[in-house]
Amino acid sequence: MSLKQKSLDLKKRMREALEGGGTQAIEKQKSGGKLIARERILALLDPKSFHEYDLFVEHAAKDFDMDKKYLPGDGVITGTGTIFGYPVCIFAQDFTVAGGSLGYMHAKKITKIMDHAMRMQVPLIGINDSGGARIQEGVNSLAGYGEIFYRNTQASGVIPQISVILGPCAGGAVYSPALTDFVFVVDKISKMFITGPEVIKTVLGEEISMEELGGAKIHAEITGNAHFYAESEQECFEQIKKLVSYIPWNNTRKAVPFLKKEPKTKQYNIDKIFPSNPKEPYDVRDLIRAVNDDSDFLEVQERWARNIVIGFGRINGETIGFVANQPLYLAGVLDVDSSDKAARFIRFCDAFNIPLVTFVDLPGYLPGIDQEHAGVIRHGAKVLYAYSEANVPKITLITRKAYGGGYIAMCSRHLKADFVFAWPTAEIAVMGPEGAANIIFRKEIMEAEDPEKMRQQKIKEYKEKFANPYVAAAYGYIDAVIEPIETREFLIHSLEISQGKAEISPKKKHGIPPF
Amino acid sequence: MARKKEEVIPFSSITVDDAQYKTILIKKYENRKKWTKKDESILSAIIPGTIGKIYVSEGDDVSVGQKLLVLEAMKMLNQILASVNGKIKKVHVKEGDRVTKEQLLIEIEEKITK
Repeated sequence: MSLKQKSLDLKKRMREALEGGGTQAIEKQKSGGKLIARERILALLDPKSFHEYDLFVEHAAKDFDMDKKYLPGDGVITGTGTIFGYPVCIFAQDFTVAGGSLGYMHAKKITKIMDHAMRMQVPLIGINDSGGARIQEGVNSLAGYGEIFYRNTQASGVIPQISVILGPCAGGAVYSPALTDFVFVVDKISKMFITGPEVIKTVLGEEISMEELGGAKIHAEITGNAHFYAESEQECFEQIKKLVSYIPWNNTRKAVPFLKKEPKTKQYNIDKIFPSNPKEPYDVRDLIRAVNDDSDFLEVQERWARNIVIGFGRINGETIGFVANQPLYLAGVLDVDSSDKAARFIRFCDAFNIPLVTFVDLPGYLPGIDQEHAGVIRHGAKVLYAYSEANVPKITLITRKAYGGGYIAMCSRHLKADFVFAWPTAEIAVMGPEGAANIIFRKEIMEAEDPEKMRQQKIKEYKEKFANPYVAAAYGYIDAVIEPIETREFLIHSLEISQGKAEISPKKKHGIPPF
Repeated sequence: MARKKEEVIPFSSITVDDAQYKTILIKKYENRKKWTKKDESILSAIIPGTIGKIYVSEGDDVSVGQKLLVLEAMKMLNQILASVNGKIKKVHVKEGDRVTKEQLLIEIEEKITK
């Protein structure tokens, strides 16, 4: 063959492989409002940046007439590219090829690109759209999943791992996304569950649709498995790009800084966010936007455990992880879900050198039998663990209520916050005035002629004496009591001062957090 | 901004340490199951299945851990054991019956020993 002929031969081979599952399967995929795998990669990465590898990989299965079947790329596309110029490794399962089912070589392609991401120390993005294990390949497909899970775990905390669920992801397959740092879902497209509606119907006699069992909304609102929810694939890709811009490439670097920008103070006026009554709610996201660059805030797990807000913003160009109690929902209490949500985020930020800014305003833990029985003790402990373990710069601001265990948990001085600030409106006390007065002055209240009047008087006394930041400040638990309007300036300064923070954690193999 | 939202959002309240806070309840909180004390003397099917062998009949004395019946479900022969001491008050099923989840199987009249 001449060079020209060889070149034509390559083109022919490529054309065949690039056809994927063929016209019919592609049309079916598109009619479901879904893009096909290669289109997804191209939509997500910078134009012309995608370089595909292992296009000519084929399966080697023999049983069940598999040797007569050609599956282009073995149902998965892998390669490298860039997002805003940042390098990433990527794989996308191709549902049009044998339902995106995971066979031995399919898994090999995925683990190969994962190994590459680890060697090159760049983020890994996995687009999941698969019917599950390729049953014809038997135990080899199980081996494939196991090899992926192992690599997800080894890579955890070394490179950021992003999972995008753009189709079914069922059975054992769900555990790869669950091991990664961020899971993206899209309404009506993403479906995740361990056992599907059919099995549930047979075994339990309960009827439920895929959407109700493990659709995007369920994972975004109920289970907390998903971190980002979108209405369309395009919106999902925009979210991923934004996230990538906020996080570093690996755990030895810091996130790439942006140009400093002032917050939109006209829209987010710090003086107008807070109601005068400490029992009235407000949206703490307005406070976050009021202090960070360009008032741009990327909220994580926006729809789940809304009583705590977590997400990324920038202060003076540097990426910051924000954690804030949200009085707008459930009065901002800590509970099973909100503890879980905050703790994992804190550990992500710590692993990837992202300073933590915590805004405190909570009445305590959520009372309830359901909470106690669901293990609020061990889940609540995760927050203490995560904050105590984190050695990135930790800045805490107490805006209003910081009572009891909630005060300690929310990155207090005692968990080694580097700077703790409080507004004059802060109330730092062992518990709220009502509860404290009822206990301390129980006898006086009971014996009074007018118990209710006495109760109110004692509450008032307690409030005046203890519901302020000055008792804690007198012990040095608060570094400075600041005016709300000074908040951004104090944050900028304390973050600059913390640039060179070097806190050596005790040497250990790893801790044993209360998972 | 928060100010505008207040007009459209239905606020509720929660109480922590004797103080009431105005806030929005989340769906999961509103849908939480109310706790009820479990009555150990009433045995219901925890899973749908078929009744296999029944070892006891009305009037039998039973003690904690004693085999009462077999519930065949999920390809397993599940032994259903007594969780209280007492006398069988009523057996609500017979061998071969198909039962649904939560269906009443056996009632025991609990013997309180001191």
